[in-house]
Amino acid sequence: MSLTVALLSIAALLGAAGLAIALARSVEATRIIYGLCFGFSLILFVAAVVPRGAAALTAALPLGLPWIGAHFRMDVLSAFFLAIVNLGGAAASLYAIGYGAHEKHPSRILPFFPAFLAGMNLVLLADDAFSFLVAWEFMSLSSWALVMAHHHDAENRRAGFIYLLMASFGTLALLMAFGLLAGSVGGYSFADIRDAAHGPSWKSGLVLALVLLGAGSKAGLVPLHIWLPLAHPAAPSHVSALMSGVMTKVAIYGFIRIVFDLLGPPEFWWSMPTLTLGAITAMLGILSATIQSDLKKLLAYSTIENIGIIFVALGLALAFKANGMALPAALAFTAALFHVFNHSLFKSLLFFGAGAVQGATGERDIERLGGLIHSMPRTAFVFLGACLAISALPPLNGFVSEWLVFQAVLLSPSLPQWSLKLLVPAVGVALALSAALCAGCFVRAYGVAFLGRARSIAAKDARETDPWSLSAMSGLLALCLLAGLFPSYMIDTITPAAKLFVGGHVPTQGDIPWMSIVPIAESRSSYNGLLVFVFIIFSASVAALIVRRFGSKAIRRGPAWDCGYPDPSPATQYTGSSFAQPIRRTLGNVAFVARDHLDMPPPGDTRPARFGIEVHDRVWDGIYTPILRGVEFCADQLNRMNYLTIQEYLGLVFIALVGLLLVIAIWP
Amino acid sequence: MALISDLAAQAAQMILVLSLAPLLLGFTRKTKARLLRRRGPSIFQPYRDLLRLMRKEVVLADNASWLFRSAPYLIFAATWVAAALVPTFATGLMFNWSADLIVITALLGSARFFLALAGMDVGTSFGGIGSSREMMFASLAEPAMIMIVFVVALIAGSTQLSEIAFHMLSHIELRVSYGLALIGLVIVAIAENGRIPVDNPATHLELTMVHEAMVLEYSGRHLAVIELASALKLLLYVSLIACIFAPWGLAPHGADFRGMAFGAVAFVAKLAVGGFLLALFEVSTAKMRVFRVPDFLGAALMLGLLGTLLLFVSRSL
Repeated sequence: MSLTVALLSIAALLGAAGLAIALARSVEATRIIYGLCFGFSLILFVAAVVPRGAAALTAALPLGLPWIGAHFRMDVLSAFFLAIVNLGGAAASLYAIGYGAHEKHPSRILPFFPAFLAGMNLVLLADDAFSFLVAWEFMSLSSWALVMAHHHDAENRRAGFIYLLMASFGTLALLMAFGLLAGSVGGYSFADIRDAAHGPSWKSGLVLALVLLGAGSKAGLVPLHIWLPLAHPAAPSHVSALMSGVMTKVAIYGFIRIVFDLLGPPEFWWSMPTLTLGAITAMLGILSATIQSDLKKLLAYSTIENIGIIFVALGLALAFKANGMALPAALAFTAALFHVFNHSLFKSLLFFGAGAVQGATGERDIERLGGLIHSMPRTAFVFLGACLAISALPPLNGFVSEWLVFQAVLLSPSLPQWSLKLLVPAVGVALALSAALCAGCFVRAYGVAFLGRARSIAAKDARETDPWSLSAMSGLLALCLLAGLFPSYMIDTITPAAKLFVGGHVPTQGDIPWMSIVPIAESRSSYNGLLVFVFIIFSASVAALIVRRFGSKAIRRGPAWDCGYPDPSPATQYTGSSFAQPIRRTLGNVAFVARDHLDMPPPGDTRPARFGIEVHDRVWDGIYTPILRGVEFCADQLNRMNYLTIQEYLGLVFIALVGLLLVIAIWP
Repeated sequence: MALISDLAAQAAQMILVLSLAPLLLGFTRKTKARLLRRRGPSIFQPYRDLLRLMRKEVVLADNASWLFRSAPYLIFAATWVAAALVPTFATGLMFNWSADLIVITALLGSARFFLALAGMDVGTSFGGIGSSREMMFASLAEPAMIMIVFVVALIAGSTQLSEIAFHMLSHIELRVSYGLALIGLVIVAIAENGRIPVDNPATHLELTMVHEAMVLEYSGRHLAVIELASALKLLLYVSLIACIFAPWGLAPHGADFRGMAFGAVAFVAKLAVGGFLLALFEVSTAKMRVFRVPDFLGAALMLGLLGTLLLFVSRSL
């Protein structure tokens, strides 16, 4: 039943895409299409969360390749991710009902938005390699079209091109992974792959590498992340929210589906690339985010960091599962899925906030914002909540999942392999560092953009955003708070998936009194977000009451003191780049080469002194520049082939033919 | 009945930390002054300062927002809750299980988050410089703290402070990792409280100031609440070090009144020792340049990592 409803809603979303083309000239198209998307996403969300039996639902439709058809299946993992995708989709649609009014050319976005939603949903439901890849490519291409919505900007065209390249590369890697999984018999349905005998160790290793390339490039794993900070900001904000908050989660789903489900029982060394890449991704992501001045780019880099955290947790789950440690594996897996959920909430919210700021001021550069807390108080409030949540501060939701990851790290000394014993503490440091840096990054983003004094006229004259956007943002913030205060409910929701994929489960949290969470045993660790929240509210109120009762109530407004030298010019405020300077200087050179250079004219020269920052991306310079150079070199060499005579061309054909015949002759 | 006595013990803890925090500050200042052969103010001076600030009017900058006005209470609440969750005179208090050591670290992180935002709210260059440096220090101090938590948790098999204190009491042993964790925790405590050599709590108008720069625009009752929160933070770190590395005298769960009273006396004695050592350390060293601080904190991080690695390799180190 749920699966039928889900598939029908996806078909309806595709219908909405068609309708959008038909309505291209209508003024009301924006509201109609986003309204429809909101409704269908909600239906899909409900279909995912209504209680079902333990068995997975399956369906086969006569679509796609003849004789094979398309298989769909909804199990606990699909349902969990379906709920996340459609929650994000519903929020983005609701937001876009208001935000979409800013769009100058809605007909460039409207047809692709529902198609993008449908594509993501189809990936989650696909039950054979063919449908999976088609849905995956559909998702990539529709999001590419959305990235290219504002293609007048050369920057966006470049972003779209790089995204297209990386997406096709990722799909190619996944295609080869499925080819290896299907083996010589060629059973491409997931059920066949599951039943097939698992190949030798090198073959699963190769599949793992291909999946890390394929799903990792979509999720933003370093060093395949380069498209993400370009493409996510280029799209309109509600699409950025979907790409960053939701599409990266679909990539995580692909990784889990293949590595935890189709690939068979794991070996311990599978966890090592996952852990290492995850830790590097988390560190590089947050360090790069800290120095960005484009708000949406900053958020995109922060997405990379969170993907790293999720991959670390998944790597731990693999290590524990390979060693038959069911409870720790379930803990790490639960932490990963919990963080997937949390990140989808607060990252969507942050992108919505960035979109609201952009709509109100036309600016994305935080160096030209400031003081928005006065002109956009509601947006400022919800954005602050999201900053707290993503910085993993109690009692909000981001903290709970990071806490669970730390608890999983603390269980890893009992892993028998020495390599893991040495790797996991280093990964723990990377996690702790990225959590702390994340707080600094968002203090900077919020402090520069929303606090202080307005740095431009646009920021000064900003108006509060529309009620549709505000309701979408407030809803997400409420969910962040609820997930932080009642984490036991979320953990129990993830438990069936953990049972299915890692063979163990953490104790049922719903039975624990006072709604605290106890992942292993009470004597080991426990956390109660609700109580901490009540405690903080209580203490703050007591303090405020006592101060009001016994202290002076007088307040006088005056100019800022600033040690006696206040300067009315907003340019004297601390800027974003000066805020990031200490971190750029101390930790920056790990991730990128940052150089400050000062151009001071000699005495007597009247030109102004200039201070500049030069940042080089190590990944781009170290990996992509050589590849590009190689491609250019080969193209240059092959260019000569354009100018051969007819005899030479015929000779080439002859040589190729002989070569092929030789291969056939030698092949056993 | 048990519930009421548990609740009373928890309330006693909250009031105890709140009332002793300014005293610890006053005691440290007095000791420092005596070590420098000054007479110094009375050890009760911080209470008088707080009362004075409380009675004064607040002068708010023209463009201060609601965040600026509510931040002091949130900072104070987060710090007070964190301080109330560290066992001081008794373990196994009523709410100890609601938050473990990682949560306490994160609560202090929340307080710092709001303090740094408040520093940027008015839009002055001093506030920004303070926030920026505070977040740089925190980006190393917090991971160092987490690694120290890992060391302690791996030894005790728990991140719950009550369990850790109990474990330390029942297994008195000398380990390399203890030493590493202790040194690391002291470094973190000095940095987090802005003491010499990281920051100088006694100065204003100095280019290297951090904490004082963030609270520069505060006055009156807001400043009083923030000052009390920073005093609480100092007390929290001293009691945290005492709870992990010197848990003697802590009353176990369900102890009678005499046990608790003894625990309280032992706690005051530990605070006195901690305050004295802090003063001694402060007068015997000089403030370091801002960009030397990351090296100092990096040492704490490396000590924590080394301790964790040792414990991953062998349980007995």
